[in-house]
Amino acid sequence: MFASIIASGLAAGAIYALVGVTYNTMFSTSRVMSFTAGQLAMLGGVFGSMFTLKMGMPLLAGFLLTLIACAIIGIVTEFVAVRPVLKSLDQHLYVLSTLALALMIQQVAAIKWGTEPQPFPRLIGWGSGVWDEKFWLPIAACAITIAGLEYLYRRTLVGRAFLAIAEDNFAARALGLPERNLRVASYALAGIIGGVAGFSGGELLLAFFANGALLNFYGFVPVALGGLGNNRGAVIGGLALGLFQQAANFLVGGIFSSVAVFALFIAVLLARPQGLFGFSTARRV
Amino acid sequence: MTAVTATPVRSETRDWRGISLQLAPFLGIFAAAMILPFVSNDYWALIGTRAAIYWVLVSGLNLIVGFAGHLAIGYVALLTLGAYTTSVLVAGNVTPPLNVFAALPIAGAVGAAFGAIVGLPALRLRTFYFAMSTLGFATIVAQIALAWQSVTGGGIGIAGPEFPAPFDTAWGYYYLCVAFAAVCTWLSANIAHSRFGRALIAIRDAEVAAEATGISKPRMLIAIFLFAGALAAIAGGLFASLQTYITPDAFTFDLSVLFFIAILIGGRGSILGPMLGTIILTVLPEVAAPLAAWSTFLYAVLLLVIVLVMPGGIATLLDWRNRRPLASNRAIVPRPAELAECFRKSAGDKTLKLRGVTLSFGNVRAINNLDLGVKPGEIHGLIGPNGSGKTTTLNVISGYYVAEAGTIGLGDRVLEPGMPTLRAQRGIARTFQTPRIIGEASALQNVMIGGTIDGQATFIEALLALPRSRRDEHMLTKKARALLGVVGLEALADVRADRLQHSELRFIEIARALMLEPGFLLLDEPAAGLSSDEIERLAALIRAISRRGTGLLLVEHHADLIFDICDRVTVLNLGRILAAGTPADIRVHKEVVSAYLGG
Repeated sequence: MFASIIASGLAAGAIYALVGVTYNTMFSTSRVMSFTAGQLAMLGGVFGSMFTLKMGMPLLAGFLLTLIACAIIGIVTEFVAVRPVLKSLDQHLYVLSTLALALMIQQVAAIKWGTEPQPFPRLIGWGSGVWDEKFWLPIAACAITIAGLEYLYRRTLVGRAFLAIAEDNFAARALGLPERNLRVASYALAGIIGGVAGFSGGELLLAFFANGALLNFYGFVPVALGGLGNNRGAVIGGLALGLFQQAANFLVGGIFSSVAVFALFIAVLLARPQGLFGFSTARRV
Repeated sequence: MTAVTATPVRSETRDWRGISLQLAPFLGIFAAAMILPFVSNDYWALIGTRAAIYWVLVSGLNLIVGFAGHLAIGYVALLTLGAYTTSVLVAGNVTPPLNVFAALPIAGAVGAAFGAIVGLPALRLRTFYFAMSTLGFATIVAQIALAWQSVTGGGIGIAGPEFPAPFDTAWGYYYLCVAFAAVCTWLSANIAHSRFGRALIAIRDAEVAAEATGISKPRMLIAIFLFAGALAAIAGGLFASLQTYITPDAFTFDLSVLFFIAILIGGRGSILGPMLGTIILTVLPEVAAPLAAWSTFLYAVLLLVIVLVMPGGIATLLDWRNRRPLASNRAIVPRPAELAECFRKSAGDKTLKLRGVTLSFGNVRAINNLDLGVKPGEIHGLIGPNGSGKTTTLNVISGYYVAEAGTIGLGDRVLEPGMPTLRAQRGIARTFQTPRIIGEASALQNVMIGGTIDGQATFIEALLALPRSRRDEHMLTKKARALLGVVGLEALADVRADRLQHSELRFIEIARALMLEPGFLLLDEPAAGLSSDEIERLAALIRAISRRGTGLLLVEHHADLIFDICDRVTVLNLGRILAAGTPADIRVHKEVVSAYLGG
């Protein structure tokens, strides 16, 4: 039982962590937290199942198409729900505009795809029991994504430009960085990361429209715990959340595990609103 | 004297006209609701009942979302809670069966408790975080309803409570729910139009200024979270009875979306708007039957359109009074002489003293070992180059910053460091470098905010519009109007503050600060952006305030104004006192001239 707690906990945690990274990627270039993060991961599963099972495409083609579709949704998010409200960031209108878009995505998925969870294909077929691919695949996806992001941010010009914008938007613009295009690019990237989360977690979570709302919350918990914009915090927070949730699930049962997660979330945020690894810098007067 | 006594009489007739104009649409909706049974069938009874029940919930939630500006998007959780509590108590599968009219108040109490628990994070968390925490709560309640089979019946569900005759027919129940809705409208309107409602908007739009007027955010928010939670749970009880049989499926997140979006479509800070929003959103999918499946999508599109195109919602569309153009050649002509008639408290005799106050930001010493004293009735100027620590000094006095060393005292009493909300009680009021005004409230309401702590009535008294609350309102309105007259803006009392000019906002801030009848008034660059005529009038106003015994601490860059009106001047440079003395001394002080004044 211990092994299965670890396996399912790390797997769920890796998905949460990836959704957390999706939040962070969108946040870093726009200072906006978007309700579409969880929906992107949901779409990763739904698109994946649609392309490979319903349409019978080869796995690789289905995977790439899923990522492209998710990237497009990410870009749509930027154009529809983020760009128009960036001017008045202090009014927090983005909460409403991204919520609206997330609801639209969810509703379309529910109507067009159906409200029942639908199967997701076996991707590789390696491993069984606690070593089943549905457990290690999300973990591997998370590790590869993080490694890829680290490479992007540290070794490539585009990645450094992302960091510059995240650090100081005005200074980056003054340096002549194409801030708007980079923001669109980061939303596409966020879409891809969300798609990876959903695709790699497809066998665990199935292709189900309601995953969006669930992942919105469970993916946000690691972001809130780890500190906004902090990918390392999101991964640690996500894995810890997954383990905590699965342990509680096995030990005390499903309801209490979600109550425990919620209580933990509220308690940590009340004690440290900036997150466990975050810093508070705001000056109000 | 004549002007002050004449103003209230005139305004009272205007108030009555204003109130009846405000009431008319509500009475119209109520009349339409009463007539509905005679012009339609049972199908519409169901929809009408549903709208009424939703409004019971939304009327409370409106205070949270529309007035306090907290994005509580998971309120279906409290509806669920109320529905199950009522049903379980009436069915008696845990306790002996209860009468439904006894179960409803219990559900209300449970809802109030959980409303407060769900609301607690709002005291510390920012917008998105709070929205998420309510969303998380909604997810959990749904899971519990499904999993706690012995009580809730799990996925199979449980029978809703039945109401006795005459409420057991479709139209009988409809009237009962409309009655509930009417009472809730009255209650929430009472709060909205009391000092509590204004304080909520102040916390939303000008939190820092709200703290300076002594408004305590936690107490205010917990009160409305309790209230909204109770209403939501009672709505749940009514909803369960309407459904006759409830399962977790009945409480989809779509309902939360409906409640939330009804308020945003209606417009913030309004009651009529969200009420129309609730009715429209309830009826819309029914009239367009093919849209029923797409209703949530439709709501979401509406939300996006509202946010992007019409952030004010229906309320702004209906607010024709604030679309009339304002006179463009208006001038601010304060009448300082009337100040004495507005003030009732006698001025204190204590000195405001700073001793050895030090504060750094990182490696920068913003203020360094500062000693300062302001006597009652004294006009004390605080000048110095940019970054010399003037505004920081005001912020330490008002409690926004905690000094690392040193104390701030009033007479012998040390002021609590870092507690801005306690300053108003000690008679310390202030204005801000950029006016912190509630744009969506009228000039009069903005000024009334300043007197929030002078109100006597409790939240419950305000809720029920008991005499003490009405007396508070009368007193605050009268005083605010008089003070608007003192600063020369009474003609603009009913105009939304975001339509006013910068200089007018500065004078509104002063009027708001004067509501406290402060012993000390801190003015942060009151002359910035004013014309030379206005600065002269400001000077006369400041003199009149000091003659009344109020000590003023004035941060200002207009050297002429400072030297003209101040009794004493302190010059700061790099956080230290460079010089202190009478204006005549300072004007010829060598270092001051070279460091700051120039020449």
